[in-house]
Amino acid sequence: MANKIRVATTSLAGCFGCHMSFLDIDERMLQLAEVVEFDRSPLTDIEHCTNCDIGLIEGGVCNSENVHVLREFRNNCKILVAVGACAINGGLPAMRNHIPLEECLNEAYLDGIGVENAQIPSDIELPLLLDQVRPIHEVVKIDYYLPGCPPSADVFWKFLTDLIEGREPSLPYELVHYD
Amino acid sequence: MKQFIQGIVGNNHQATHLLQILRQIQSRYHYIPEAAIEQLSGLLNIPRTQIIGVVEFYSFFHLTPRGQYELLISDSITDHMLGKKNLLDYLENKLGVAVGEVRADGVVSLDNTSCTGMCDQGPAGLVNGYALTRLDRSGIDKIAALINQQKPLSEWPSELFQVDDNIYKPGLLLNQQLEQGAALRAVLQRGIKETLTEIDKSGLRGRGGAGFKTAIKWQFCSEEQQAERYAVCNADEGEPGTFKDRVLLNALADQVFEGMTVCAAIIGAKQGFLYLRGEYLHLYDKLQNILDRRRRNGLLGSNILDAGWDFDIEICLGAGAYICGEESALIESLEGKAGIPRNRPPYPVTQGYLGKPTVVNNVETFLAAAGIAVNGGDWFAGIGTEKSKGTKILSISGDCARPGIYEYPFGVTIQTILHDCGADDVLGVQVGGPSGSFISDQEFERKLAFEDLATGGSFIIFNTSRNILDMVHNFTDFFAHESCGFCTPCRVGTSLLKKQMDKIVEGHGSAGDVVALEELCQLVKNYSHCGLGQTAANPILTTLERYPDLYQSRLKEISYEPGFDLDGALETARRMANRDDAGAHLAQIEANEHE
Amino acid sequence: MSKTITIDGKTIPFEEGQTIMDAAMAAGVYIPHLCHQPEFTPHGSCKLCTVKVNGRNCSACTYPAMDGQDVLNETKELVDDRKKITQMLFVEGNHFCPSCEKTGNCQLQAVAYHLNMLDNHFPLFYPDREVDASHAEVMIDHNRCIFCALCVRASQQTDGKDVFTLSGRGIHKHLVVNAQSGLLKDTDIDATDRAAHICPTGAILIKRTGYQVPIGERIYDHKQIDQVALETEHLKHGE
Repeated sequence: MANKIRVATTSLAGCFGCHMSFLDIDERMLQLAEVVEFDRSPLTDIEHCTNCDIGLIEGGVCNSENVHVLREFRNNCKILVAVGACAINGGLPAMRNHIPLEECLNEAYLDGIGVENAQIPSDIELPLLLDQVRPIHEVVKIDYYLPGCPPSADVFWKFLTDLIEGREPSLPYELVHYD
Repeated sequence: MKQFIQGIVGNNHQATHLLQILRQIQSRYHYIPEAAIEQLSGLLNIPRTQIIGVVEFYSFFHLTPRGQYELLISDSITDHMLGKKNLLDYLENKLGVAVGEVRADGVVSLDNTSCTGMCDQGPAGLVNGYALTRLDRSGIDKIAALINQQKPLSEWPSELFQVDDNIYKPGLLLNQQLEQGAALRAVLQRGIKETLTEIDKSGLRGRGGAGFKTAIKWQFCSEEQQAERYAVCNADEGEPGTFKDRVLLNALADQVFEGMTVCAAIIGAKQGFLYLRGEYLHLYDKLQNILDRRRRNGLLGSNILDAGWDFDIEICLGAGAYICGEESALIESLEGKAGIPRNRPPYPVTQGYLGKPTVVNNVETFLAAAGIAVNGGDWFAGIGTEKSKGTKILSISGDCARPGIYEYPFGVTIQTILHDCGADDVLGVQVGGPSGSFISDQEFERKLAFEDLATGGSFIIFNTSRNILDMVHNFTDFFAHESCGFCTPCRVGTSLLKKQMDKIVEGHGSAGDVVALEELCQLVKNYSHCGLGQTAANPILTTLERYPDLYQSRLKEISYEPGFDLDGALETARRMANRDDAGAHLAQIEANEHE
Repeated sequence: MSKTITIDGKTIPFEEGQTIMDAAMAAGVYIPHLCHQPEFTPHGSCKLCTVKVNGRNCSACTYPAMDGQDVLNETKELVDDRKKITQMLFVEGNHFCPSCEKTGNCQLQAVAYHLNMLDNHFPLFYPDREVDASHAEVMIDHNRCIFCALCVRASQQTDGKDVFTLSGRGIHKHLVVNAQSGLLKDTDIDATDRAAHICPTGAILIKRTGYQVPIGERIYDHKQIDQVALETEHLKHGE
């Protein structure tokens, strides 16, 4: 099946809830598997994506690694989709935007109750935090948005089947939710 | 303080005086203390929220203490062109206080303020509300020393406060010498109806910029079935680059007051107001004295010219809000409220001040009306163009040899004006202030007239050494700062415009950003509640139309770039983790990171 | 012969003194709005109800209906621009629907659903705003305030109080309450006040009631705001 549609997915500053909701398409996954193959995704063991048709991004951008992953997706996916509240507006992680990063790190690693061996982690393997959590459209260009926390399985299904069947994706009223 | 506030409120417990009361409290205590709010709430019988709403609306009121010397530096583009930025840095150093801050000893505070109307003699500023002009390093040395010695303003050398009229080209109105009371006697002689006919014949249109026919406005107001009516002179000259009303009120106040009195006779008003922008505090005493003299001479007050004609004028000072130049916002402000433009209809001529029919006209309109009352409509209609009768008084500033006041018959070309004021090597002219249009050097044959380039009088010249985007940036910041915040498109849109301009000017713009900018401009323009929002995008739209390449040249040839500094966003984490390795940095534009 | 206007070509009668919004709602024509409720003096600030009247943009909630007006409401241009105005309201505040008790009952959200708003379009402001949970029964989450002044008007016009006002200028606009402490607990608001129940978003909430109706079974989960508004607001017009 050389002409299967290649889909990559990832979770940045998200909770994987959107991925779980995607899996809720249940037996429709079999139908999907007939026309779609997964590239980089928590569902596969592929580490980097290559030449994909669709990239689904869950979560906002909170650290430098998120930026690298997001750029990799943008470079390799023809269509990039912001999936869920966090990707679209920063979501729950963005609630830290009202607290200076310095205070966050001090509380977590230096002054917080129960902190032992107080020190700010410093290792070149560790990504650094951005001062604010950003929605992904503020870092790369995004083609489509699937709102919801998480978007329901039907949202994924409707969106993907629209794309696969060559329709301009659209969500009817019942499928548009921000919660 | 209790006594002080009781004293200024006196027996007049009307909430309409709130603004004037707060001005005095701010002036005395350099903020509006909580106790004052509590006391005023009781005395005026209004909720404290109403007082806080007013305090937080006007730039010159503060809920927390400012310095005993409140120093504000004008942020007009013309001040910048005269080296404001350097001076402000110097001032910060000299006084030991940062912009926006109060010095630890509480003696002095420093901040920016919107254009103070001294564009022909800037860089300018205000100290405790009084205008400072021609600031330079030696002037700042003096000011810093005076502040540090805590010398009262009355002991400061007068040259610091010297305000010049700089009238370079007088015309029909500025040359006119009217004997005091001449216009009033003319009305009595000719008759009220007949005077309105002359105003009509003159073709006079409002001089604030919108150009509504004056006679029609006055007639509408006079026809309203109401016992009380009001005549209001709009001297809230806040459009950056405009200062002609300051000069008219300094040089020709009698004629302006006379024009108001003529209007009052026609519409049947017993009470008038001069709404004077707070930045012109230095004119206040002088104008009060003129009003007093006019009362003594039987030209104002009760039984004017022994003709049983009653009309008086009260001066109300603004407190730093550009929006109050919009007539319905001005009326709200006169009523002691935040200057939020009203929904229209009803228009002020039917429901204005305190819900009564009200005429609001520009200073220059009343000046012209006084002349027309004396000389008749033909005197005025004889010059100008078919659709724009008479003359227009311009405030000229920016890159020219002789910035100041010029009066021209309507229909004059930009070229003629530029020649007269000694402007060389001109890149373009901002006509009508930030809310007007930018005119390029390809359009200097265009004419000032309602049918071509309408203007309230601001005329800012830019030579070829100037960067247009700096100007647009300054104007866009101005509108975001002055938006009253009432309606969504202006409240949010002007701030978004500012962000989008920052993005482009700071070099983070990419291919789609100019399109996005223009889209946003149209949204703000088409959906805003009042003239402020409807014109806030003009600086961008008029320059985008003329210099698309200028904007495009700031964009990178990539499809997308983040609007914020990515690597800068890692700075705190880098510092706290004590890292500076390659992995601790991010490139602004994506490189091929994953081969 | 009664006077009429047309909205998108449909002839609609009106009575003297009615606004375009009044006439439209009475005739079963929905014009999106957030700051308007028929029981209070129109405000005209949210600008969602902008319609084209004889070619000129006007706020339907404040603009008087006049005989023969040609009103455009559901054009692509107006609908697209209303969506952008709604997006402006979202980015200027902090609207995290998943964590808001009002979700599903929120008119801001419902208008956004109605306009098929899927993203924020503009950069988010993430302003620093407070939560005032000082009062025993009513709370204010300033993060969600859209400055519609409905609470201000309800408090004045229905409750006969002055609990709220909008203060500040431009993007610094904010809601303040009538207490020296600045806290809701020190005002004379009661949980039964109209002002405590009028907020179209989750900015003013009655405590301990937020989850009485489960998410998924709330007003706008299955019904669009046009239908809801026509059913609930239209009735009040004759009063």
